[in-house]
Amino acid sequence: MPPQYIPVLIFAVLAAAFPAVTLLIFALIRPSTGAIGAKLKPYECGIAPEGDARGRYSVRFYIVAILFVIFDVETVFLFPWAVDYRLLGIYGLISMFVFLGILIVGYVWLYRKGALEWV
Amino acid sequence: MTNEILFYFFAGLAVLGGVLVVTMRNAVHSAVFLITTLLATAGLYLTLNAEFLFVVQIILYVGGIMVLFVFVIMLVNLDVALHQVQFNRQTWVAGLLSFALLAELLAAVALARSYGEENWLFAAPHVPTVTAEGNTEQIGRLLFQNYVIPFEIASILLLVALVGAVVMGKKRI
Amino acid sequence: MGDFLAANALLVIAIVKVVVVVFVLLTAVAYITWFERKVVAHMQGRWGPERVGPHGLLQPLADGAKFLFKEDPTPAGIDRFVYFLAPFLALSLALSTIAVIPLGPGQIELFGHRTWFSVAELNISLLVVFAITALSVYGVALAGWASNSKYPLLGGLRSSAQMLSYELSLTMSVVGIVLLTNTFSLRDIVEAQRGGVGRWFVIPQILGFVCFFISALAETNRVPFDLPEAETELVAGFHTEYASFKFAMFFMAEYAAMVTVSFMVAVLFFGGYFSPFPGTPAWHWTIYLPAAGGVIGGVLLLLHGLRYHTPLGRIVLPVAGLALTGVGVLCALAGVVEYIQGPFWLAAKVATVLFVYVWVRGTLPRFRYDQLMNFGWKFLLPLSLANLVITSLIVALMRPAQ
Repeated sequence: MPPQYIPVLIFAVLAAAFPAVTLLIFALIRPSTGAIGAKLKPYECGIAPEGDARGRYSVRFYIVAILFVIFDVETVFLFPWAVDYRLLGIYGLISMFVFLGILIVGYVWLYRKGALEWV
Repeated sequence: MTNEILFYFFAGLAVLGGVLVVTMRNAVHSAVFLITTLLATAGLYLTLNAEFLFVVQIILYVGGIMVLFVFVIMLVNLDVALHQVQFNRQTWVAGLLSFALLAELLAAVALARSYGEENWLFAAPHVPTVTAEGNTEQIGRLLFQNYVIPFEIASILLLVALVGAVVMGKKRI
Repeated sequence: MGDFLAANALLVIAIVKVVVVVFVLLTAVAYITWFERKVVAHMQGRWGPERVGPHGLLQPLADGAKFLFKEDPTPAGIDRFVYFLAPFLALSLALSTIAVIPLGPGQIELFGHRTWFSVAELNISLLVVFAITALSVYGVALAGWASNSKYPLLGGLRSSAQMLSYELSLTMSVVGIVLLTNTFSLRDIVEAQRGGVGRWFVIPQILGFVCFFISALAETNRVPFDLPEAETELVAGFHTEYASFKFAMFFMAEYAAMVTVSFMVAVLFFGGYFSPFPGTPAWHWTIYLPAAGGVIGGVLLLLHGLRYHTPLGRIVLPVAGLALTGVGVLCALAGVVEYIQGPFWLAAKVATVLFVYVWVRGTLPRFRYDQLMNFGWKFLLPLSLANLVITSLIVALMRPAQ
């Protein structure tokens, strides 16, 4: 592993350890919960919850996630292109514009079909 | 030395995560451990100095595809899955396949050993030396100079995926 | 002990830097809550926190103590593993971004080793920031799911769909800067903006900046994009079922994300740690601005504190004023004045961006959810794509033919 990544690893570990330790210590100190009855129920909106909390939801969420994955792949291709832009010259510009053009056609199709509409 | 420790750490994490993905009853827990496995794989890329691959693995697999998985899993009714028999009576098929896989792996190890000491599978993986030019720049050069056609085809593939997703997801078009 | 330090100096330096940065960041996060409440209150003609300590300055401490000692009931039917995992994910990811941000120019001497003025110096730090941002969807989505409650699930779903949508324009709006600099290293991006306001990327990349800032507001779930916490429709959104310190972790995560976004804005578009004045001799006097600011602010605080209406305030505020004056004088000393420039200007820029954040919160109403998604997909995404195309064309035209 390139050594300069080690501090990031240490940082992530410490950033997770700090709340863990705090949580543990204060779980011992704070008054133990004598929660019974309604206090143990999910709060929701203050009224006793009814029915299953995990129902079925709009298919729009899946479509957003799928479209995100597709456009995310596109952005990832932009990164190595942008960083080599000067080196690749006009040739790189054209090949990226062809790539983007094909995807923009898809985007326009989505737009016209109303797939980006949140209903 | 540090590199080897990190390699075994990430590899162990990936294998552990993979085992937990299969054995967890709750699909969201499985997804969480699949994320662990993918992150550990990203760590393995990093030990090989493949920085760009490390970032792409996290951005695309963990930050994109796994979010889609989690969305889908979160919204199906888990209670049905919880009451189903998880391991059914096809153990002998699974056992047979596992044996075949084990044999294949052992053969591969034996073959690799026959190449000589320095190419052993058990030795720490060969880490490419870091050049002055960054990893991302090298990938960009390769992608846009040697592999332009596959790159353009990828955009058509993405277009197909886009159309397919919307056609399947929306009832009325 | 000495041998150990000598052998692992780099590791020790790394840990020292990490601990210092985490400590400073958490303190800053605590006081940003105070700052936000004060600013919003004054915008609305209120006083804001005023009771705990002079000007409510001890309010963050009181809040922290309250969070720590509150009863922490776990509601029935939650998914215990995911319920505990989610706040950890949210907080540690929100904090970790700061590790790759350059905090000052050049290298400093620490225990006889030269080390960069940042926790970690990566050549793809910009991409690492995006990787961490991509992961932060999980804290919200998993918290909402684990709670076994309808509103948190809806809030978590909404929030993750929103974060996904705006992540696209967030990443795309920065590609323009990469086109100009051809690097992913945040330090190199800052170095490319050396030489005053005229060189800042906010000028050639004004479109990219607008896209980035709006997307960042949405990415951190802030007003006007705070739909996951829209209390009129979703109670408190994804963290409805969280209490005590676990709630505080989500709270800290939100503010830490605000801080890191402000750092990113300052580094990418406003010259990072460079002073806004050009480095020519005519502008040399500006290096004493931090010192002047400290002395003037300190004296004003001292005079104000002497007339404060509580006895505690008449002690604490003048002492703080004296300390600030002292720091200001210290900043004018030769040897210190050079080192203070980078951190001072970066902190000043970050504070300004944070103020804009709070200002936006005090000003704008909340979007409706369909408007929010349409805005992201139909306006911001094409806009950032257009910025990318225009930038690449201009860079290609300006480049001398090879």
